[in-house]
Amino acid sequence: MSEQLAIELEGIDKRFGAVQANKDINLKVKKGSIHGIVGENGAGKSTLMSILYGFYHADGGEIRIDGKTVTIASSQAAIALGIGMVHQHFMLVENFTVLENVILGAEGGARLSKGIGRARAELKRLAADYDLKVDPDAITGDLPVGLQQRVEILKALFRGADILILDEPTGVLTPPEADHLFRILRVLRDEGKTVLLITHKLREIMAVTDEVSVMRRGEMVATRETSKTSMGELAELMVGRRVLLDVEKTPAQPGAPFLSVEGLNVRDARGVDVVKDVSFEVRAGEIVGIAGVSGNGQSELLEAIAGIRPARSGVVTIDGTRIDLAAARRDPAEIRSYGLAHVPEDRHRMGLVTRFHEYENAILGYHRDPACGRGAFLDLDAIRATARAGIEKYDIRPPDCALKTANFSGGNQQKIVLAREIERDPAVLLVGQPTRGVDIGAIEFIHKRLVALRDAGKAVLLVSVELDEVRALADRVLVMFDGRVVGERAPETAESELGLLMAGATQEAAE
Amino acid sequence: MTAGQMPRWADYILMPAINVAAAFFVSGLVVLAIGENPIDAVRILVWGAFGWNEGIGFTLFYATNFIFTGLAVAVAFHASLFNIGGEGQAYIGGLGVAFACLALDRFVPWWVTLPFAVAGAAAFGAAWAYIPAVLQAKRGSHVVITTIMFNFIAASLMVYLLVNVMAKEGSMQPETRTFEDGGRLPLLDTILPGVDFGSAPANLSFVLALIACVFTWVLIWRTKLGYEIRTFGANQTAAVYAGISPVRITVITMLISGAMAGMMAVNEIMGSQHRLLIEFVSGYGFVGIAVALMGRSHPLGILFAALLFGMLYQGGAELAFEMPAITRDMIVVIQALVILFAGALEHMFRPALIKLFGVLSAPATRPA
Ligand SMILES: Nc1ncnc2c1ncn2[C@@H]1O[C@H](COP(=O)(O)OP(=O)(O)OP(=O)(O)O)[C@@H](O)[C@H]1O
Ligand SMILES: [Mg+2]
Repeated sequence: MSEQLAIELEGIDKRFGAVQANKDINLKVKKGSIHGIVGENGAGKSTLMSILYGFYHADGGEIRIDGKTVTIASSQAAIALGIGMVHQHFMLVENFTVLENVILGAEGGARLSKGIGRARAELKRLAADYDLKVDPDAITGDLPVGLQQRVEILKALFRGADILILDEPTGVLTPPEADHLFRILRVLRDEGKTVLLITHKLREIMAVTDEVSVMRRGEMVATRETSKTSMGELAELMVGRRVLLDVEKTPAQPGAPFLSVEGLNVRDARGVDVVKDVSFEVRAGEIVGIAGVSGNGQSELLEAIAGIRPARSGVVTIDGTRIDLAAARRDPAEIRSYGLAHVPEDRHRMGLVTRFHEYENAILGYHRDPACGRGAFLDLDAIRATARAGIEKYDIRPPDCALKTANFSGGNQQKIVLAREIERDPAVLLVGQPTRGVDIGAIEFIHKRLVALRDAGKAVLLVSVELDEVRALADRVLVMFDGRVVGERAPETAESELGLLMAGATQEAAE
Repeated sequence: MTAGQMPRWADYILMPAINVAAAFFVSGLVVLAIGENPIDAVRILVWGAFGWNEGIGFTLFYATNFIFTGLAVAVAFHASLFNIGGEGQAYIGGLGVAFACLALDRFVPWWVTLPFAVAGAAAFGAAWAYIPAVLQAKRGSHVVITTIMFNFIAASLMVYLLVNVMAKEGSMQPETRTFEDGGRLPLLDTILPGVDFGSAPANLSFVLALIACVFTWVLIWRTKLGYEIRTFGANQTAAVYAGISPVRITVITMLISGAMAGMMAVNEIMGSQHRLLIEFVSGYGFVGIAVALMGRSHPLGILFAALLFGMLYQGGAELAFEMPAITRDMIVVIQALVILFAGALEHMFRPALIKLFGVLSAPATRPA
């Protein structure tokens, strides 16, 4: 590998009000390498990448690209310097075709047809060179997230990117999709491109990166050659203490059923049956995990139980109260009042109002509680006190409940939702992707909280695409495929067997 | 890119000020083009609105109308609903005021009539917003379309009522009889000692408008209903997740919005005209949209924006009188420019301003 540097950062500073997001950052990234960046939630990773991509201006410091000192005033400037970025929340026009999305903003002249012809040829070449196959005429919104992400990568390469930044690209991917992404990244590296990869999954760091840098509280604390470090060391560098990578729990002591679902059928807006005749129970004092490749009805299952999504038929019993989910007057607020809490899978779309202050989100869904104020009025002092308690307990950073929620880092936003739902001490907790985008220190804490809730005799229904997480936390595992529960297994069951079930192999074949 | 970084005061005060300045600058060019002196024009305009007592009285009177219609638009905005039916809701609100006044004015003093008139205005305005609200909530018919259509229906209905049903007996005018003292609000200068607004109709409704501002602020930022309205407006999926019924919130918000618009009629009908007549709303409902945009849907901002538009109305009339080359139509052009810059082009200067703040704050945060 050549020792040329693609990126050199020196003394980068960035402050948001009272928060020093980046403090005197130095970083050297070798040309033609995959460089990982890890760090706790709010450590300043996304901020640093945004500076590199021209979204934010550094307050001070120097950026050198290919040895030349540059100022990156805008993302156009970044693109001109050969820097491309794949955003965590995709920036694609959903009802455009793949081709249209790729050329958006780089149409090349007033006559669209000429640009399109050129783009089509170029797209073909990129697809062949980098194993980036996507149908150029598919409607982007119809593609699974893994392919949408490929469109983002194509977009960057189409603009001539030599440096590719990926901010938590695997958060939304299934393991096979993630593997494919890594294959692509390796090809890109071998072609001489430089890749900057942010992720919370240390396994991925170990698998694909050449070097890895660790950030903590706005500072760059270490850079290691990946082959000369370990997950344990990285975890310790990130958090500043030893981290338990495994969940500690005693055997479950299941009691009476707290949540029971009978004959649930859900049809989505397109008229497709997404949940088919699902029945199961979760007892007090146990965690039931639902394993499955995302998009097999898990999200819809949670939303239907919570009363958010209409069901065609189905009855749910929560702590003794029967609710007909097919009734026209389903009321999520009412279901909540029977002791159900719900951590939705997608915090941005559903779990938070990003425009609100943190303390306003700390009561979302519970705002009618007398604890939030008597009668028609909000008691802001009481609400802020609740919010501060959550911030403290879940170590949400920065510890400022008046900050706009959008200004918290991704993992801290997730913690806001978790604090709100878990700390109400619900009888039944529905939790979807509890640790998506959350750092390993926080994962440890969240897992402990979920186990503690179980040990306090509550029922937890866990949906996660992370098979490891399901196996570590759950006392029983239900596997969902194509809207059905296709099997129940003990969490100790071999990963290969669960994997087969998740892939739709019939029950007998898996046994 | 998200909202970018700008101090709040810049967002709420500097931004609108720059927009108004830009509008005045372009207006100045127009005045110059027709051969008048723009500096003189501004002087006459401002003096006409604030320089003498009667002018102030008129400015406050117009501002009262704009506060109500501005608040109406703003309340709906907070729920992401675009109520542009303020015009019709205010018009129908006039019916409520007139019913109360016609029924009571001969028997009781004004302060007994007032609560009925206010309630009538609010109820009739709300009722006129109710059908579009339900259509939006249950059928998905867009309120922008339905409220516009309801403006036309309101206009026809009022003509019918005023010509065929409510007209004074033996009169050809499309208007009711004039109210007696029990149906007339006291003028501001009769309540405030030592103030004389001359013939200006500024009346007690201005105080009512200020109360409406406080009410709106409390509603939106201090009540559970306001919280639900804002949640629904910012993220509908999250609202459903939180157990907030979209149907209920849409209807309630539109009712409050319609009630606010309806109350504008108290100022015009009970405060000034003292009879119900056709077309008394004359565009105040539409200008309310610009007022709400410019006031960033915040009651305090709306108060200032309403005063600005009050000034343009009153000062503009003065200007047309003093400078014959500047006709009434020219005044409308100037008002339109303010609406254009403050409303439609609201974000034009924003990126530049954000950049400016970025440059200004950079050295300050890096001492080393
Ligand atoms: N626009 C902003 N305004 C104010 N504070 C901000 C803004 N953007 C980021 N911050 C703060 O800067 C800090 C660093 O945030 P950043 O998003 O870079 O963290 P991160 O390392 O990417 O975390 P995560 O792993 O959770 O995504 C956080 O404390 C965050 O709250
Ligand atoms: Mg981040």
